[in-house]
Amino acid sequence: MNQPLSFQNGTKDGLPIALGYFPVAMTFGMLGTKYGFPAWCPILISMSSLTGTGQFMGIDLIAQGANFLELAFTILLINIRYFLMSLSLLQKLPSNFSMKKKLLIAFGVTDENYAVAMQQQKPLTFPYIIGILFVSYIGWSLGTAFGTIVTDFLPASVVSSFGIAIYGMFLAIIIPAAMEKKAILLIVVLSTAMSCLARVIPVIKNLGNGWILIICGVTTSAIGAYFAPIKETEPTAEETEIQKQTKEELYL
Amino acid sequence: MNTSYLIFCMIILAGVTYLPRVLPFLLFQKKIKNPFIKSFLSYMPYGMLAAMIFPEIFTSTGNLYSAVFGLIVAIFFSCKKLGLLPVACGAVLAVFLVEQLPL
Repeated sequence: MNQPLSFQNGTKDGLPIALGYFPVAMTFGMLGTKYGFPAWCPILISMSSLTGTGQFMGIDLIAQGANFLELAFTILLINIRYFLMSLSLLQKLPSNFSMKKKLLIAFGVTDENYAVAMQQQKPLTFPYIIGILFVSYIGWSLGTAFGTIVTDFLPASVVSSFGIAIYGMFLAIIIPAAMEKKAILLIVVLSTAMSCLARVIPVIKNLGNGWILIICGVTTSAIGAYFAPIKETEPTAEETEIQKQTKEELYL
Repeated sequence: MNTSYLIFCMIILAGVTYLPRVLPFLLFQKKIKNPFIKSFLSYMPYGMLAAMIFPEIFTSTGNLYSAVFGLIVAIFFSCKKLGLLPVACGAVLAVFLVEQLPL
C-alpha cells in the first residue's frame, strides 16, 4: 500500500495542528477584542498573516499606535526564522513544483506546518502539503473568530489546558527522531539547554525570541551537521516509483 | 484608531510574514548539493523545535505544575510513538486534570 500522499493524509496530519491552533488563535481574538479592535481586525490579521508570535507582538504594537517602520522591522525580525524553514523545506519538495505552487506553499510555512511536513518520511506531494495547510488555516481562522465572540464565556481552566497542545505536538516530533538518531538527540538536548540559558544570561536575554530561536537552531544544526553529516543515499526504488505515480496523477 | 491605519498595519504584518517565507523559493532554484548544508538544513527543524518548546512550555498553561505534568505525559506518550494527535490530546487532558485538583 504505497500510494503517494493524498490531501486526506495532509488533513489528518494537520489535524493536531488545527487543534493546537484553535485555542491560541482564540486567545489572539480575545486579545484583539480586549484592545478594543473591531472583530474583523484580528480575524483578518489571522487570515492574512498566519503567524503566532508575530501576530501577538504585532497587535501589541498596533494597539500602541506604533509607526509603520517600527512595526515592519520588529515583526520581520521575529519572523526571520521562516526563511530558514522555507529553505530547509525546499530541499524536501519535488523538483517539479511550479513557481505558482511554491508561492502558495510559502504562505503556509508556519512552525507547526513546517515541522509536520519535515517529519514526513514519504516523499511530499502538493495535495498533501495543501491538506496540512488547509486544515491548520481553518483552525487558525475559526479560532480567532471564535475568540472575538466568546471572550468572557469560557472557563479559564479549559482555555489554559489547551495551551500545551502545540508543545505536545512538537515533542511528538522530536522525541521519536531523537530516539532514532544520536545526532538529533544531541541537537535537541543542546538546543534546549541553550534556549533556557539564553533567557537568563544578561545581554542575550534582551535579544528577543526571534534571534534566540535562530541562534539555537543554527548553532545546534551546524554542530550536528559537522559531527554527524547525513550520508547521501540514492532514492530507494520505492521512492522513485511513488514519484512516478505522483507525476501521472498530476497529468490526469 | 482609524480604519486606514489598521488596514495598512495589516498589510505590513502580512507582508513581513510572507517575505521571509517566500524568499528562499524565489532565490534558490536548484536543490542544494553540499552535504554539510544538506545535513544542516535537515537537522534544522529539530534544533528549532527544541528551542521553541523550552522554556516556553512551562508558562503555556495556568500553572507550572500542570505544565510539568503535561510535559511528562507528552514525553512518555512520544516515547511510545503514539503519534501527534494522541500526544497532544494526552498532554491537554493531563493539564486539565491537574488543574482541577485543589492546590
